[in-house]
Amino acid sequence: MSLILTEEQEMLQDAAHGFLDENAPVAAFREIRDSKNPDGFSRDLWHEMAAMGWAGIIVDEEFGGSGFGYVGAGVLAEQMGRNLTASPFFSTSVLGATAVQRYGTAKQKDQNLGAICDGTALFALAVDEGPRHRPEHIEFSAKSHGNGYILSGSKTFVADGHVANKLIIAARTSGEAHDPSGITLFLVDADAAAIERTHTPMIDSRNAANIKVDGLEVTGDDILGEVDGGYEALEGILSAGRAVLGAEMSGSSQRAFAITTDYLKEREQFGQKIGSFQGLQHRAAHLATEIEMTKSAVLKSLQLLDDDFESASATCSMAKAKSGMTAQLSTQEAIQMHGGIGVTDEYDVGLYFKRVHVAQQMFGDAGFHADRLAKRSGY
Amino acid sequence: MSDLEQFRAETRAWLAENCPEEMRDGDITAENQCWGGRQWEFQSDAQKRWFEAALEKGYTVPTWPKEYGGAGLTADQAKILTEERDRINARKPLSNFGISMLGPALLAYGTHEQKLQHLGGIARGQIRWCQGYSEPGAGSDLASLKTKCEDKGDHWLINGQKIWTSNADISDWIFCLVRTDFDAPKHKGITFILIDMASEGISVKPIILISGHSPFCETFFDDVKVPKAYGEGNLSVVGEVNRGWDVAKNLLVHERGMLGTMSPLRGSKGPENLGGYAAEEIGLDLTGRLDDPALRQKIAQAEIDDWAYTLTVERMNDEANAGNGLGAKSSMLKYAASELTKKGSELRMDIGGTDAATIGPDGIEYDSLANTWLYNRAYSILGGTTEVQLNIISKRVLELPSA
Ligand SMILES: Cc1cc2nc3c(=O)[nH]c(=O)nc-3n(C[C@H](O)[C@H](O)[C@H](O)COP(=O)(O)OP(=O)(O)OC[C@H]3O[C@@H](n4cnc5c(N)ncnc54)[C@H](O)[C@@H]3O)c2cc1C
Ligand SMILES: Cc1cc2nc3c(=O)[nH]c(=O)nc-3n(C[C@H](O)[C@H](O)[C@H](O)COP(=O)(O)OP(=O)(O)OC[C@H]3O[C@@H](n4cnc5c(N)ncnc54)[C@H](O)[C@@H]3O)c2cc1C
Repeated sequence: MSLILTEEQEMLQDAAHGFLDENAPVAAFREIRDSKNPDGFSRDLWHEMAAMGWAGIIVDEEFGGSGFGYVGAGVLAEQMGRNLTASPFFSTSVLGATAVQRYGTAKQKDQNLGAICDGTALFALAVDEGPRHRPEHIEFSAKSHGNGYILSGSKTFVADGHVANKLIIAARTSGEAHDPSGITLFLVDADAAAIERTHTPMIDSRNAANIKVDGLEVTGDDILGEVDGGYEALEGILSAGRAVLGAEMSGSSQRAFAITTDYLKEREQFGQKIGSFQGLQHRAAHLATEIEMTKSAVLKSLQLLDDDFESASATCSMAKAKSGMTAQLSTQEAIQMHGGIGVTDEYDVGLYFKRVHVAQQMFGDAGFHADRLAKRSGY
Repeated sequence: MSDLEQFRAETRAWLAENCPEEMRDGDITAENQCWGGRQWEFQSDAQKRWFEAALEKGYTVPTWPKEYGGAGLTADQAKILTEERDRINARKPLSNFGISMLGPALLAYGTHEQKLQHLGGIARGQIRWCQGYSEPGAGSDLASLKTKCEDKGDHWLINGQKIWTSNADISDWIFCLVRTDFDAPKHKGITFILIDMASEGISVKPIILISGHSPFCETFFDDVKVPKAYGEGNLSVVGEVNRGWDVAKNLLVHERGMLGTMSPLRGSKGPENLGGYAAEEIGLDLTGRLDDPALRQKIAQAEIDDWAYTLTVERMNDEANAGNGLGAKSSMLKYAASELTKKGSELRMDIGGTDAATIGPDGIEYDSLANTWLYNRAYSILGGTTEVQLNIISKRVLELPSA
């Protein structure tokens, strides 16, 4: 398979580019932030996206999706990253849809995929229990009780957890706290009385929630995937999330860099365009190279998710690591090369800097993935 | 089955039958590759058989037209051939500057007769070429070169000096940039000319590198007479007189393309993967991690960068095949490849510790990590330095203003 977009995927890219530039530019994101919109995104925009088939982008056509696969999701995420578009796309259409479509029972698929595709159900994935991503470190407990389980524990940084209708919770049904086996995923209604959600606004002006569950009774029907074998499903969901976050960060890197090169061609100091100074040129050229490397890494990981989902995990880790580092460099340099104006709130580059930081933390930063890859390669 | 699938099946079968087991070590380095040329002696019977099989099929230069010794493969077919060759880890049957640099420039600028003679000689491994660009006063600023070429009616007369000429002492012909007009602006008075190294008046003097080895030379031209033509239509000058810069630039893109598609961390001498080598040399701690956390982090980082780089070569090739030429982006690959190559051998030296810093009784052994480490410093200098690549990216890709 060629490492380029197909014609269909390119058309999706063009459509997304046009639509988002018009309907969800950075100014729209800024407005949501400044108006302290409690959702953190525009529900109208989300419904329009759903109407275009974006909410069900990875969902198979038989369930009402548009069947574009992960490359399609990445294409959209990249464009959203360019414009800093806030929406439930990531949590619902990537994480939620992957979880249900790949690991759900026939009944779970029937009940959920349609609602994902038409934009009515919002999902959130509850994994981490501390400030750093440690997906195998699960203390949240699921104690067997009659035919079902009782869930208790707490989760941090559940992206879109404040608005979700459905939560996917990683809980421990057996084993020790850091043991990959013994984890089970549960798909539950987010507004159950035993669930307490505390809205946590984040530095990137997206929203998340801390979640506390106190004795939620669930049944075997609420299990997503295998009992005690949920880590494998979690890995699959996280891999998809990592690749798509990589695509989003790639888009943000590209846009922050484009804003910067425009500025380098316009701003004058010492009687010349600052873009003529070699001290800036070489850093820009280095960054341009890193951005190209990132695009390839991200596309490869998305293609592999479509082609051979089970084998994509390491590749998604690499893509997440590479895109995270590039995005940080791109946004750091964007601020620096703008001088004083780069650190003002009025100027967009700071917004990219903040978003990329959170996306980098989410599901493992570059160091986390480097460690994982090294371990996997036996060193 | 589509034509391409058919081609893949045939190629796979052909490789299975014709590529000797010994040539499937995937490791082409300066030391074990087949260079060809008048002075060439095969290093093994397997190397010879592999070369001859490939030659017969046109696979020493698969994409060149058949009449010039190639197999006339399309880009898609060539990609399949490379994939299938990589799949069994086969070496390239022949590799040298003629294939990677002069050939593509001749294909673009040469006359039919020039192509017949020179491309054929390259394809058959008969003639080994060296590159006469750099001079003591003309390195990065190549266009300031001064080697003088005078029109003497029936021949050219050449005087001057080239430097850093790789393998000049064992090459048969040289492709050279010379100055034919000293009054014109510097890019407008340069001519691209092909010269037999056996010509009277050419002498070479090897230069010793920091490794103690000598892969390059100074090349002197003292009243060297070069015929205007080597036969009907077979001129010594490629392209137009005084327009050699166009040819040189075209060739530099190919040179960068080649240098940019090396597999930096692997291949070039040393264990297959850095991490595995490190685990062997250094050992693991109780959590199963390399017992040197700082080095481990650097290795993992380098492996991620290497992987993204390798994919970028693939993606840019695919884009080129789909009609979006690489253009100045080849400088990105050259830049990334040479920096990664250096990093790879730095890390190997760090992993090897004092073992890697120990040399043989007669100096640094040719096939040692240390030799590779020292030689690899040159990658960010030759073929346009890292700084020059960054300048090109700034100007041509990003279109940043000049001072
Ligand atoms: C928080 C803050 C507080 C400040 N407080 C004050 C204050 O109290 N009083 C005051 O007078 N000023 C103040 N400043 C202004 C500060 O001194 C300027 O921002 C600074 O001098 C840079 O100028 P600039 O912002 O116009 O950026 P520019 O000069 O336009 O620089 C833009 C980019 O070009 C680069 N660049 C410029 N020239 C060259 C060159 N020759 N070679 C290579 N690169 C070059 C810069 O390094 C930078 O990356 C403050 C700035 C900030 C951010
Ligand atoms: C192993 C090896 C093999 C070679 N083989 C060949 C060969 O076969 N044929 C051949 O013709 N040549 C060959 N070369 C020569 C090579 O092309 C030159 O070394 C190269 O072009 C750099 O020129 P220089 O060495 O004169 O360095 P200089 O151009 O003097 O550069 C010195 C330093 O200044 C920097 N610099 C120069 N200009 C700029 C600028 N505008 N902006 C920023 N920094 C700048 C450079 O990046 C470098 O760091 C070879 C070199 C090596 C090391």
